[in-house]
Amino acid sequence: MSHSGWETVIGLEVHVQLATKTKIFSGASTAFGAEANTQACAIDLAMPGTLPVLNKQAVHYAVMFGLAIDAEIGKESAFERKNYFYPDSPKGYQTTQLEKPIVGRGNVEITLADGRTKNVRIHHAHLEEDAGKSLHEGDFRHGVSGIDLNRAGTPLIEIVSEPDMSNAEEAIAFAKRLHSIVTSIGICDGEMSQGSMRFDVNVSVRPTGTTELGTRTETKNLNSYKFMEEAIAKEVERQIDLIEDGGIIKQETRLYNGDTKVARSMRSKEEANDYRYFPCPDLLPVIVSDETIAELRRNLPELPDARQARFIEQYGLSHYDAGVIGSDAAMAAFFEIAAEKSGNAKLTANWIMGELAARLNSQDLSISKSPVSAEQLGGLVARIADDSISGKMAKQVFEGMWAGEGSADEIIEARGLKQVSDSGALEQMVVDVLTANQAMVDDYISSDEAKRKKKLGGFMGKIMQASKGQANPQQVNQILAQKLNELL
Amino acid sequence: MSIERQEIEKLATLSRIAIGEDTITEVSERLSSVLELVDQLQAVNTEGVEAMSHPMKATQRLREDEISEINQREAFQAVAPDTEDGLFLVPKVIE
Amino acid sequence: MHNLTIAELVTGLQSKEFSSVELTQHFLARIAKLDANYNALITVTADQALKAAAAADERLAAGNAPALCGVPILHKDIFCTNGVRTSCGSKMLDNFIPPYNATVVENFEQAGAVVLGKTNMDEFAMGSSNETSFYGPVKNPWASDSVPGGSSGGSAAAVAARLAPGATATDTGGSIRQPAALCGITGLKPTYGRVSRWGMIAFASSLDQGGPMARTAEDCALLLNCMASYDDKDSTCIDREVPDYSATLGDSIKGLKIGVPSEYFSEGLDPDTEKTVRTALAEYEAQGAELVEISLPNTGLSVPAYYVIAPAEASTNLTRFDGVRYGYRCEDPKDLNDLYTRTRAEGFGDEVKHRILIGTYCLSAGYYDAYYGKAQQVRQLIQQDFEKAFEQVDVIMGPTTPSPAFKFGSKGDDPVAMYLEDIYTVATNLAGLPGMSVPCGMVDNKPVGLQIIGNYFDEARMLNIAHQYQQATKWHSLAPEGIA
Repeated sequence: MSHSGWETVIGLEVHVQLATKTKIFSGASTAFGAEANTQACAIDLAMPGTLPVLNKQAVHYAVMFGLAIDAEIGKESAFERKNYFYPDSPKGYQTTQLEKPIVGRGNVEITLADGRTKNVRIHHAHLEEDAGKSLHEGDFRHGVSGIDLNRAGTPLIEIVSEPDMSNAEEAIAFAKRLHSIVTSIGICDGEMSQGSMRFDVNVSVRPTGTTELGTRTETKNLNSYKFMEEAIAKEVERQIDLIEDGGIIKQETRLYNGDTKVARSMRSKEEANDYRYFPCPDLLPVIVSDETIAELRRNLPELPDARQARFIEQYGLSHYDAGVIGSDAAMAAFFEIAAEKSGNAKLTANWIMGELAARLNSQDLSISKSPVSAEQLGGLVARIADDSISGKMAKQVFEGMWAGEGSADEIIEARGLKQVSDSGALEQMVVDVLTANQAMVDDYISSDEAKRKKKLGGFMGKIMQASKGQANPQQVNQILAQKLNELL
Repeated sequence: MSIERQEIEKLATLSRIAIGEDTITEVSERLSSVLELVDQLQAVNTEGVEAMSHPMKATQRLREDEISEINQREAFQAVAPDTEDGLFLVPKVIE
Repeated sequence: MHNLTIAELVTGLQSKEFSSVELTQHFLARIAKLDANYNALITVTADQALKAAAAADERLAAGNAPALCGVPILHKDIFCTNGVRTSCGSKMLDNFIPPYNATVVENFEQAGAVVLGKTNMDEFAMGSSNETSFYGPVKNPWASDSVPGGSSGGSAAAVAARLAPGATATDTGGSIRQPAALCGITGLKPTYGRVSRWGMIAFASSLDQGGPMARTAEDCALLLNCMASYDDKDSTCIDREVPDYSATLGDSIKGLKIGVPSEYFSEGLDPDTEKTVRTALAEYEAQGAELVEISLPNTGLSVPAYYVIAPAEASTNLTRFDGVRYGYRCEDPKDLNDLYTRTRAEGFGDEVKHRILIGTYCLSAGYYDAYYGKAQQVRQLIQQDFEKAFEQVDVIMGPTTPSPAFKFGSKGDDPVAMYLEDIYTVATNLAGLPGMSVPCGMVDNKPVGLQIIGNYFDEARMLNIAHQYQQATKWHSLAPEGIA
């Protein structure tokens, strides 16, 4: 898409659900997928007289994020109430941070497809609570919504970037980098399909070469990179078309439906909102000591950059492979276990990025939900590496593992897939086939050099057929050539 | 300071309290009277005075991240106005 | 039995002079017979009370009874009681039965107290006359045409009328001290953070504090021993050892320095009330205390600051009452907005609605700095006044209210006239200091209260000071006509 004469300015607000066991202000579980309202306690339901107490782990996770992006840490932060009525916000306000966020300015470096790098500035990141969910579909009475408050009170950090991105590619690279950072340091499970990371995209356009920012719109709650890309493209086009037709961009909140590909203005936010932020009187200033910061820094898990460098150094992976595998914490962990088991890191990397990634993608699964475990994949790669099975057999074994038939060795055994590499047995097999096909042998002998090569394939086919596909093809090839040569 | 009708309407919207046409004047008078009282604050010189949001100079206590709540949905929903399949029901939410 | 103090009841129960069941039946009978005159109770929990009394008697017989075992009390209907309707004086919560207890309620249960019922109050504790209750006004046992004060008017009237020997109450701007003064009983608002707010329905979170009401300071000490606790469910509760408030009641007050703020004896104070309070101060002098004239220059700003901060906090504390998860819901809402606006218009009374609107105004864009921000700064100035004063004196004394109990409807339609009733009490809430009211005389056959303001966590000394006064005077033991 080209819109000559216009440039795009993009900023992101990213909601990251923290991987705590309990809510930010209550001891109720945050586990995903429970039956409606079974994980909403009195505090989460805003029952009268209930009060919040802050989760230490949520504070520590937020500080860890700050350390990971080299940001200023708010040693004294505070909570405000953001007041608005909505059924999924049970208190009638969201407890959040405004004046004194826990994470101040920081930086995230992104790498683009052409190898260029770019710095995206982080304005701040703050702690806040998630809302519940309004369910509109299902079999409720007509005109009714159902409210599930299990998610209400799940701890979030909201990461607010500066408007430093100028196209969808950069925005997605930034989003992926954040995903990589938060999953690497273990503060978020990164499960996008469960809403563990949600992106609000602020988009504006301006004539190329100008510096003044145009009016921006905010498209809320995108939970996949694909939807982000589509939403940005649609919004940029809409804004340019509108301005070129003499219209004016209205500052508004928008929604993008990735399934129907329809973007629209959000009706409920249309009325002038006045959130009346003020310091939450039920919570006191949050102090993070220098000792705590030092300890969290000391124990900070490996960051993506360091891990990628290590994968190149330790496993001999290419820059590209290390970049792909090393940026995703779950994939990196999977790789390390599988590589250890297989003894062949490069082949393991190929299988993870190839067969496994393709299968996961096709079923919309993340690697942590892979039906084939890292140990299983490592076991499979080990059998390929020691020539027990051919590449073709490996695919069958992989299918078996995906279907839950057990380890590679169990499947090889059960399906009788073991490759025959015993040279004595192979030699006998070759001799038997040549004896049984004297006409083909005669034809081979009488052919010229060039044609002989082509005719080798015929013998190969017969031999593989005789071995039920289990003969090691490289070895068979070698023995066959030798035997035929002897006949010449 | 007296408070305009338009302002009352805005406050009613923000606080989700329906105010009948017949009481709007009375509400306006009462609010104006209170505002007149609190407007005494405007005359005070508070330059350099820190805002005090809490009587005690204490800091926030942090809770260990351990599950301490069990499912009590039945008990909570026993006092709810309208529920179905464990959900609280409201008139359709329009985003 | 109803004229005995809690201290005497504890002795009587432990020496088996009477059983808790007998005591409970006696008070339940009084409530059944007399409360129609006062309307002090919203809910009577007779069955639960008798069961608890029987259990208390067993423990008393077994000889392992806790401090208040078998003593009947009342809870203000702002404290959540598991399985018992907790209305907060509002139509909004008329049908609300919480499945949990307030920490204060839990503490009394642990101490073996027997709960007779829940007391009437101004709606959501917003009022100084108990006229805003959904359940109708409470009548002052000393004068049925006069208010009992508020918001804890039901607790105060019940204790004055000997419907219970003690009751819990809460104080956001004077809601313990003012009704205690107007009903001729003793009431203590502890230091902010001394008593847990968990399960106590919030009015203004940074000002609210629960405390005891009884006829004597000695009884208040017994109740506070049980009520005060560190509670890790309330982030604003202070982790500090709870002393034995009874242990120091007998200490001498010789040499005590009492600050007398000139601002508490200025224009607006009823001359007879002033005379009564000055007589009480003279009694302290007679006991060896020294009166020191002090100044709390920002006193006049405390009411304006309070009427910004309290409504602002209340406006968002009360957003949770939306007809979705509990409480009142309007009939047949036509859409979500209708559900909200009609539920809240019908469920809240006028005073609550007005305060929500004021609070919303003070926090809204363009007004925040001028109102809320400014009030928070003035709050700092008010606290500094007290800090300076406590450099010179041990306690501060003055009147609790400008005049004795006023007549129903006498403050008319002007909310400000009612708000000025709090002129001597709100400053301590803004500063978070403890304050109490002690009966110190009668004007027109209505009680007058002496206010004692202490330094942070100085409740033991305040109770000691009040107790010493009550050893020498009889005001706390007077009963309204027809009660004895």
